[in-house]
Amino acid sequence: MDIIIIGVLLGGAYALMAMGLQLQYGVARIMNLASGEVLVAGSFAAFWFFTGANYSPIYSIFFVAPVAFGLNWLIYKIFMRPLVKRAKSEGQLEVDSILSTFGQSFILVGLMLAIFGGKYFNYSYLERPFDILGQAYELNRIVAFLFSITLCIVLYVWLNRTRVGLTLRAVSVNPEAAGLVGIDVPNAAALAFALGGAVTAAGGALLSMFLTFDASVGVIFTMKALVIVIMGGVRDIRGTILVAFILGLLETGVATLIDPGLTLASAYLLFILTLIVRPEGIFGKRSK
Amino acid sequence: MRTFLTSKRLIMPALAFAAIAAFSVDAMAQKTIKIGASAPKTGPLAGGSTVSFWPNVELWVKQINAAGGIKLKSGKAKIELIEYDDRTNPGEAIKNIQRLATQDKVDFILAPYGTGLNLATAPLFAKFNYPLITHTAITDKVEALTKRYPNIFFSLGTTTAFAGSVAKVLGKMKSAGTIGNKVAMVNVADAFGIELANAARPIFKKAGFEIVYDKSYPLGSPDLSPVIRGAKAAKPDAFVAWSYPPDTFGLTAQAKVQGLDVKAYYTAVATAFPVFAGKFGKSAEGILGAGGINPETTAMKNYRATHKKITGKTADYWASGMVYATFQILQQAIEAVGTTDRKAVTAHIKKSTFNTVMGPINFKNQNNEVFWTVGQWQSGKFYGVSSTGHPGEKSIKAKPKW
Amino acid sequence: MIEDKFLTRRELAGFIIAIVALAIAAMLPVLNTGYILSLGVTIAMYTVLSTSWALFSGPTHYISLATAAFFGLGMYVVGSGIEVLPFPILAIIATCAGAVLAFLIGVATLRLSGIYFVIFTLGLAEFIRQIVTWVQTTMGTSSGLYVLINIEEKTIYWRLLCLAAFVYLIGWGINRSRLGFALRIIGNDEEVAKHSGINVALVKVLLFMISGSIAALTGALLAPRWTYIEPTIAFSPMLSFLVVIMALVGGAQRLWGPILGVIPFALVWDLITAQFPNQTALMLGIAFLLVVYAIPNGIGGQGAKYWAKFKHWRDFRVT
Repeated sequence: MDIIIIGVLLGGAYALMAMGLQLQYGVARIMNLASGEVLVAGSFAAFWFFTGANYSPIYSIFFVAPVAFGLNWLIYKIFMRPLVKRAKSEGQLEVDSILSTFGQSFILVGLMLAIFGGKYFNYSYLERPFDILGQAYELNRIVAFLFSITLCIVLYVWLNRTRVGLTLRAVSVNPEAAGLVGIDVPNAAALAFALGGAVTAAGGALLSMFLTFDASVGVIFTMKALVIVIMGGVRDIRGTILVAFILGLLETGVATLIDPGLTLASAYLLFILTLIVRPEGIFGKRSK
Repeated sequence: MRTFLTSKRLIMPALAFAAIAAFSVDAMAQKTIKIGASAPKTGPLAGGSTVSFWPNVELWVKQINAAGGIKLKSGKAKIELIEYDDRTNPGEAIKNIQRLATQDKVDFILAPYGTGLNLATAPLFAKFNYPLITHTAITDKVEALTKRYPNIFFSLGTTTAFAGSVAKVLGKMKSAGTIGNKVAMVNVADAFGIELANAARPIFKKAGFEIVYDKSYPLGSPDLSPVIRGAKAAKPDAFVAWSYPPDTFGLTAQAKVQGLDVKAYYTAVATAFPVFAGKFGKSAEGILGAGGINPETTAMKNYRATHKKITGKTADYWASGMVYATFQILQQAIEAVGTTDRKAVTAHIKKSTFNTVMGPINFKNQNNEVFWTVGQWQSGKFYGVSSTGHPGEKSIKAKPKW
Repeated sequence: MIEDKFLTRRELAGFIIAIVALAIAAMLPVLNTGYILSLGVTIAMYTVLSTSWALFSGPTHYISLATAAFFGLGMYVVGSGIEVLPFPILAIIATCAGAVLAFLIGVATLRLSGIYFVIFTLGLAEFIRQIVTWVQTTMGTSSGLYVLINIEEKTIYWRLLCLAAFVYLIGWGINRSRLGFALRIIGNDEEVAKHSGINVALVKVLLFMISGSIAALTGALLAPRWTYIEPTIAFSPMLSFLVVIMALVGGAQRLWGPILGVIPFALVWDLITAQFPNQTALMLGIAFLLVVYAIPNGIGGQGAKYWAKFKHWRDFRVT
C-alpha cells in the first residue's frame, strides 16, 4: 500500500515534467531539448516569489503559467516557425529542432546563471507530514500531486471535448489533412507549443517545493520527460500520463523491494523493453 | 609620395608604441602577478563550486589588491586574475590549465574544484611545476599520488579518515549510552559515495556496530522516501548517508517528514552549506555532517564576516574555509620566497607551517594530516566535533526529535 | 556502370589532400606541446567520434544518442582493468566490448525509426550507466577508478590521429563498396531497399558495430588523460549531444562533413571559454542559434553549394 501511494505521488511529479513536452512534440512536432530548462525557470520563479515576496509557490503558478505561455508563443513564432517552413521532411525538422532547442537550452542556462548564480536552491514550504493510513507523506508532494491530477484531467477533457482541443488533436494526427479541412495549422501548433511551455513551467513551480535545483540541472528533467513521452507514444497524452504513473510505481517498487540502487536502471530497462515490443510506444500506432 | 605615405603610416604607430613602452618601463617596478583559476561555473559540480570556491577567489583577490598586492622582493604586485569555466568536464579542465600555462603564462594556478578535476589536471601542474594545493580533493590514494606528482598537496582529508571519524563519533555516543549499535547506512552510487561506503563497512564492524541497512541509490533520484522508509524499518540507532548535495537535502526532508528519529543522523557533503540550515531551520539542530570548522576562533570569525561583506554570500562551514586557507598558503609561500619562482614556492610549501583561517597547516609528505572530519549543527552553527588533531572540538550532542 | 579503375582522378586528388592534411596534423606536437596540442586532442577526439557517428547515421538518417554509452564503456574497461592488464590489451577489449554492445543495440532497435530510435538510444545509454554504477557499487571495486599510467598527451594525440585516419579509410571503403550503396538506398527508402534484396538488418547492425567500437576505443584511449573516472562524467549525455550536433553542423551526409563542424565548433567554443568565462553557456547558445539559422544545410552542404556555383561559373567561362 505504502509503495502504491509513494509511487503514485512520484508519478504525479513525472506527469508534471512530461505533459508539456508531449503537447509540444505531439502537436507542434518540436522535440524540445530546452524543456527541462523551462521547467527549472518555473522553479526559479516560484523560489523568487516565495523567498522574495513570501508568496506561496502555489499562487505563483498563476503568474508563471501565463508568462511562460506568452514567452513560448514568441519562441515558437521566432525560432520554430522558420524551421517548420524550411523543412522538406519530418526528418529534416527533427534535426533542425534538435539543433535549435539545444542552443536555446544553453541560452536559458546562461540567463539563469547570470540572474541567480550557480548555487543550489531550495526552500521549505508545506514540508509537514500528512498521514494517509497511518503512514506519513510530505504534504507538498501531495499538493503537487493533486495539481498534477487536476491538470491531467483538464487537459484530457479539453483536448477531447472542446473545439480548440479537437483542432489540436486533428493537427497531431495528420497536419496535412488538418490543413485541408480549413484548420489554421501554424497557429494550432504555436498554441500547443505555448501551452506545453506553460504546463512545463507551472510543473517546475510545483516541483520546486520538494526538489533541490540549480541552473544546470534542466537536462535531467528533459531526459526523463523524453523517455516518458516516447514510451507512451508521442501522439497521445494518455500514454504520457499512464507511463508517468507506471514509472513512479515501478521505481518505488524496485527501491523498496529490491534495491534503491536499481531504481533508474529499472525505469530505463522498462523503457527499452517497451520499445522493443511496441516500437511506437504504448499508445502509438504503426504509421504505415 | 608612396614612400612618404608608408613611412607616415609607420611612424604613428611607432610613436604610440614608444609611448606605451615608456610607460611600461615605469610599470615594471610595480608589476602584477598573474593568477589563473579554472573550475566549474556550469555542469553537475557548479552548485558546489559557486558556494565554496568562486566567492573565495573573489574575496582573496580583492583583499590582496586592496592591501596593495602580494609582497615580493621587487615590491608589491597586484593580482591579475584570469578565470575559466571548465563545465565540470575533465577535457575542458585540461585545456583550461594548458591555456593558463602556455598562452596566458600565469605565474600560479589555483587548484580546480573536486577530486576528478584535480586528478585530471595534476599531470599538467606537475609538467609546468605549478604547486597544486588541492582544497576539495578527497582520496585514499594520497601516497601513490604524492609520489607521482612532487607538487601536489592534499588538505581536505582522506576517505578512510572520514569513515573512521564517523565511526569514532558514533562509538563515543555508544559508550555514553546515547545510542545502541545498530547503524543504517546508505550511499549515493557515485565514485565518492562508493569509496566512502566501502571504507566505512569494515571500520563500522570493527568498532562494534551492526549495519542493519546498507543500500545505495543512484545520483539524481527524484524521490528518496523508499530509502528512508527502508532505513526506518530496520530500526537503527544511527543513520549515516554518504550523500551528495541534492540528495543530502532530499534525504533529510524525508527523514523529517517520516519521523526517522535517531539520536545520531549524518549526511555527508552539503550538510555544512548555509542553504542546509536555510531550508531546515531549527530541524537542523543536532544533525551531523562531513567536515566542520571551529567558527569561534577570531580568524574564522573575521573570515566569515568579510566573506559575507565582500562577496555578499555566506561561506559554508567546511570547504569554504579550506579553499581560502589554501589561497593563504599560496600567498604566504610566495611572499616568503619573494619571487614567482614556482619550484622554490613548492619547496617552501613542503617544509613550512602556515597560519590560516583553519588554524596552522603544514604538509607532511605533501599531505595535511590535521583536518576536520565530522561537524554538527548546534544552535545555528556547524561546529567541528571530530578531527584528526584540531584543537577546539565541540562536544557531541544527541540529536533531538525533529 | 561501376568504375573499373581502382582510383578515379578525383579520388586520387582527395587521397593526396587527405595524406597531406594528416601529415600536417601529425606535426602539431612537434611545434607545440602546450595549449594548442590539448586543443588538438579535443578536435581529434570529436573528429573521430563525429565521423564514426556519421558513418552510420549520415546515410541511414538514424540519429543515435548512444555515443556516451560506448565512450564510457571504453573508459570503464580501461579504468577497471588497468591494474591487472597492459593498456593495449585493454584497448582491444574495449573495442570488442563496444562492438558487442553495438550489436545488441542494433538488433534491439531494428524495428524502431525516427524519434523513437533517437530517444531509445538515449535511454539505453543511461541504462548502461546505471548498470555500470550499480555493479561497481555492489562489487565494491573502488580502486578501479584511477588510471595512473604515464602516457604523454602527444602519444594520445597521435593515437587519436591514427584512429581518425582509420575511420576515414573505413568510410571511404564503405562508400565505394556495395555496403555503401546499400546504405544509401536504405537512407532514401527502407522499403525499396528491402524489396531490392538488401539485407537491411545486417547492413544497419554492421555499420552500427563499426561506429560503436570506434567510440569505445576513443574512450579507452582518453582514459589515461582523465586519470579519475566517474560515471557522471564518463557517461555524460552531453557528449552524445555534442557529437551529434558537430556532425550535423558540418553535414553528416559527407564523409568529410563532420570535421567541418568539429573544427569551427571547437575553435568557437574555445574562444568563448577564453573570452567570456562567466557567460559561456549564454554565448554558446547564441553562437549555436546563429549557425542553425544562418547555415541551414550544415557547413559541408553550404560549401558544396558554393563549390557547385564556382564550377558552374568556371565551366561557363571556359566554354
